[in-house]
Amino acid sequence: MTLELRNVAKRVGAQTHIHETNLVIAEGSFNILLGTTLSGKTTLMQLMAGIQKPSSGEVWFRGRNVTQMPVQKRNVSMVYQQFINYANLTVYENIASPLRLAKLPEAEVASRVNKAAELLRLVPMLQRRPHELSGGQQQRTAIARAIVKDSDLILLDEPLANLDYKLREELRDELPKLFAGRNAIVIYATTEPTEALLFGGNTATLHEGRVTQFGPTSQTYRRPRDLITAQVFSDPPINTAKVVKRDGEIVLSERIKWPAGKAGTAIPDGEYTLAIRPHHISPIDHGNGRAMVEGRVLVTELSGSESVIHFDLNGRTWVSQSHGIHPFEVGSTARLYVDVEQSLFFNAKRELVT
Amino acid sequence: MRKRYLIPLIYIIFLMLPIYWLVNMSFKTTNEILGGFTLYPHQLTLSNYVTIFTDPSWYMGYVNSITYVVMNTVLSVLVALPAAYAFSRYRFLGDKHLFFWLLSNRMAPAAVFALPFLQLYSAVGLFDTHLAVALAHTLFNIPLAVWILEGFMSGVPKELDETAYVDGYPFWKFFIRIFIPTIAAGIGVAAFFCFMFSWVELLLAKTLTAVAAKPIAAAMTKTASTSGYELGLLAAAGVLTIVPGAFVIYFVRNYIAKGFALGRV
Repeated sequence: MTLELRNVAKRVGAQTHIHETNLVIAEGSFNILLGTTLSGKTTLMQLMAGIQKPSSGEVWFRGRNVTQMPVQKRNVSMVYQQFINYANLTVYENIASPLRLAKLPEAEVASRVNKAAELLRLVPMLQRRPHELSGGQQQRTAIARAIVKDSDLILLDEPLANLDYKLREELRDELPKLFAGRNAIVIYATTEPTEALLFGGNTATLHEGRVTQFGPTSQTYRRPRDLITAQVFSDPPINTAKVVKRDGEIVLSERIKWPAGKAGTAIPDGEYTLAIRPHHISPIDHGNGRAMVEGRVLVTELSGSESVIHFDLNGRTWVSQSHGIHPFEVGSTARLYVDVEQSLFFNAKRELVT
Repeated sequence: MRKRYLIPLIYIIFLMLPIYWLVNMSFKTTNEILGGFTLYPHQLTLSNYVTIFTDPSWYMGYVNSITYVVMNTVLSVLVALPAAYAFSRYRFLGDKHLFFWLLSNRMAPAAVFALPFLQLYSAVGLFDTHLAVALAHTLFNIPLAVWILEGFMSGVPKELDETAYVDGYPFWKFFIRIFIPTIAAGIGVAAFFCFMFSWVELLLAKTLTAVAAKPIAAAMTKTASTSGYELGLLAAAGVLTIVPGAFVIYFVRNYIAKGFALGRV
């Protein structure tokens, strides 16, 4: 009872938009596609929905090969980043349109539309046209249309990206509630790692048309299989450096080195790429085996309760993200404490070791 | 402050002068027109208009013109809609060249096509029919309509199409129920330009007709009749020729502004 992509690939001309992908997605699950713009999120969703046909491979749904089945025959719904509604229809008719096409009786249509409108707080707007609504209400209309017909597969392609901050938070809270208790597979595409972490569920990280990892969100975050996944799933960008492990020490350069600690002891001596998330570097020494590094401050971003410090470490730009306000002068030398136990080590093939 | 209005005022007077003079003449008798310079009709007469509305050789000119113009507009827009959709939504071999070639049809003077059309239509028995003129004008109007509509269609995100398919709309249902209403403004603009070009085009319309489908513009070229010069009558016909265009412009003026904003037209 699942959606399965079997060796699905999409090529357009000489370009490969999606490399061979295998995914098994369980019914009733909430799944996140995480990747930068142009990483292939939308294409992958369109392949799942049947809006595009794969160049090779098969799509299976509930044990049936649906690769050649047109999108109209599949029970899917989709919400885009742009607010897509039928401009010539009222909000009511917009929400009702999938039901009308399914030829449901009028009473059933009315009750379902009203229920969806209530959930998305659209009841006072039902007789208006989409262009008379605010952006948030337009997107709510699109979401209502997506949930009204009990789809098997609900695709949400960055649905909150074009909304302002307040509305985004509001809808982000509401979304999982809308899908709770349904059997539908929900796929949610986003460019923001934070959003993926807030939703939980499963996360597939995408990079240049390749799914680099798919699994429970927290696992994908904590144990990225390779460096690319770690980079995709980190905001601000994850800090990396070439290091050598020898004599129980992690060595960045002659001047910058620290004891291997628990994380570093497990790996054999040799060359690695070290990756460490920005929030594991702080200007405050919290003790328990943190390594002190000194770097020239390049940029300081201070928000209300958080400091993001970009600094130069051995020729690389690293970022520290910490609570509290730490107003370092640009150009000054900052002492920062690295929680080395949180280090991730990748080998020459960029795979996670340990 | 008065000076600010002076230049626009002069400009408007210059613009309106020929039209005023035409309207002025249409209410005069031919004698008064030829008799001397008068700023307004001293002997106001409606006889010119009465003649036009009662004499079939005059009013049938309008009927003929409107018939082939409407036929042409409907035909052009109907054919242009699917073509524009294809240009806007699909990439195919040589699509850009084809698009430009279509447009280049508008660059040839109508006179170039007058002879081949005349010969062809005579051969297939279409000569002196409304359809002949309507078809001849599509040569210019379909490319124009495709070009205008393609601009409007490309302004509609393709995600709309996809959302409709996902919701279960078959292609044609989507096209007619959702897409066409969405680009209604564009269709209005395209229809307006087809109407206008067909309405003012004289050469082909005159060449391809004799009696049965003779357009008003051709009727107006018979300046002299058995009763001598009939300048008042011609002026009245001219006024009535401006009216449909002005009428159409009034209704589509907002859409045209939109068309300009979208970078087409």
